[in-house]
Amino acid sequence: MNLYVLLKMVPDTVEELNVATDGKSLDSEFLRFKLDDPDEHALEQALLLKEKHGGKVTVVALDAPEVDEVLFTALAKGADRAVKILVNQSGLGTVAAARVLADYFASASDKITSDTLVLPGSQAIDDLEGELAPSLAAALNLPFVGVVSGVTLAKEQAVVTKEFAGGLRGEFEVALPAVLGIQSAEKPPRYVPVAKVRAVMKSAKIETVDHTPPDRLIRLELDRMYKPEAAGRAQMLEGAPEGIADKLVEVLANNSVI
Amino acid sequence: MATAILVLAEQLRGEIADITFEMLGAGRKLASASGVPLYAALLGSEAAPLAARLGLADKVFVADQPQLNLAPAHTIAVALKAILDQAQVGLVLIGGTNGSIGIGSFLSAKTGLPLVNFGRAAKLEAGAVVVTSQLFGGKILSDVKLADGRGIVSIYPGAFPVEAGKSEGTPSVEKVDVAIEAPKVSFKQYLEPEKGDVDITKQSVLVGVGRGMQTQDNVQLAEDLARILGGAVCASRPVIDQGWLPLSRQVGKSGMTVKPRVYLALGISGAPEHWEGMQNSQCIIAVNTDPKAPIFDGAHYGVVGDVLELLPILIDKVKARKG
Repeated sequence: MNLYVLLKMVPDTVEELNVATDGKSLDSEFLRFKLDDPDEHALEQALLLKEKHGGKVTVVALDAPEVDEVLFTALAKGADRAVKILVNQSGLGTVAAARVLADYFASASDKITSDTLVLPGSQAIDDLEGELAPSLAAALNLPFVGVVSGVTLAKEQAVVTKEFAGGLRGEFEVALPAVLGIQSAEKPPRYVPVAKVRAVMKSAKIETVDHTPPDRLIRLELDRMYKPEAAGRAQMLEGAPEGIADKLVEVLANNSVI
Repeated sequence: MATAILVLAEQLRGEIADITFEMLGAGRKLASASGVPLYAALLGSEAAPLAARLGLADKVFVADQPQLNLAPAHTIAVALKAILDQAQVGLVLIGGTNGSIGIGSFLSAKTGLPLVNFGRAAKLEAGAVVVTSQLFGGKILSDVKLADGRGIVSIYPGAFPVEAGKSEGTPSVEKVDVAIEAPKVSFKQYLEPEKGDVDITKQSVLVGVGRGMQTQDNVQLAEDLARILGGAVCASRPVIDQGWLPLSRQVGKSGMTVKPRVYLALGISGAPEHWEGMQNSQCIIAVNTDPKAPIFDGAHYGVVGDVLELLPILIDKVKARKG
């Protein structure tokens, strides 16, 4: 199997996000980046498939802050190759990103083969122009299924589990090659010790690929970005934990649950 | 805006999904404000008999073709494009649901119409449609302008009222027959929800746990609280994905929709995917260390603090109160 995992860096929402003075982007000064959660699962799913069916896992990312560490971590977890496309991810919309990646898959060394499976995360928290997986599938003219939480391989097809709502899921057969938007892997993403990542940083290399930046970064006309006004619906309970607990007991009693 | 608005009606197992009514209500407002017709599209032989429920639309385009039942996003986009061309549609509304994921992207690629994702509000402004999207787990909003009102908008479930999209009226129905290529994705079977030990949709008290619980062991504290309150523990996606609790306890987009009397959200930031599943709880109490967590915008009571410090004290006080 020829497994490609597409990794995207996103701002860590645990930190406070602020809008830059242009009013149309995030203030990057205190921004910390992390791998988007579903991408973490896409990597795990690829590693599980490799363990079961053999093959090669290649992780691919566009250039972004802290991306090298994420690529080395993927290698430490068991990916065979890490590729960084030298196009700055910042400000790049989904459609342009899909175009860059489609060009990458047109190159001689990374052509889509009959046993290729491309695994982006199902959705990223900044996918304003839509998700990467279907945009890339459209650009590569490949079949696509999104919100996937399980993949098994059989001959020239993948059998995938797609989530609907209310716990209901569906099983689909997908002809290979294909693009699958991974929501969650069959197992929690594996842990890799920092020492191992450090060792990989010394012994392994990240391959880099040059690419001309797209003419148009984003197709949408972005008017402004802003923080939601606090709707202020929540009545905040303040004080020491003892006092707060007393107030909560009152709330629970008032709602007749104790 | 001189062209029509089209809502892609969504159904699951013969039931119109609420998102369809949300979109019809939102679409009707825009259509009335700009004096254009509002259409709906019902695709597939499973969906076809449901046309009469879409009374708010001026016209429903029905493709009564079995190949469109649970068809892949690409196939649906091809069918939609055929209707768009025929009916001169400029604005398309699609549900931001698991079922519809990807349709907007394929349709955008085929038509050149821009796609705006995560839409939760839309208004008319001098001929343009301004869409407000919710990004970064609800922490940031962005306004996107669709010039001439042309584009595709994916609508967050729960963004618009369901009731506003229902009507007693009878829409006119136009049958269409779209060309369908043999798809490379085929539906095999439904996998029914895992029956857990507890049905979280039937509890009057739910203790919801999120990433803020930090470790699997800490979930036990929430279990203790749930037990003395006579309720159950449920969780947001990251907790389920870590394997700390079974799938049957998941609340949100892919999981269950719950409406308990009291929902305690412990260490849950309130990302839209989770909010979708518990927003109609009668009383929501949120505890989070992040004072900017979106959960506080919708909760009834909020506590900024460490849930692991608060829980043992709260458990003792509830025990004392119950005697």
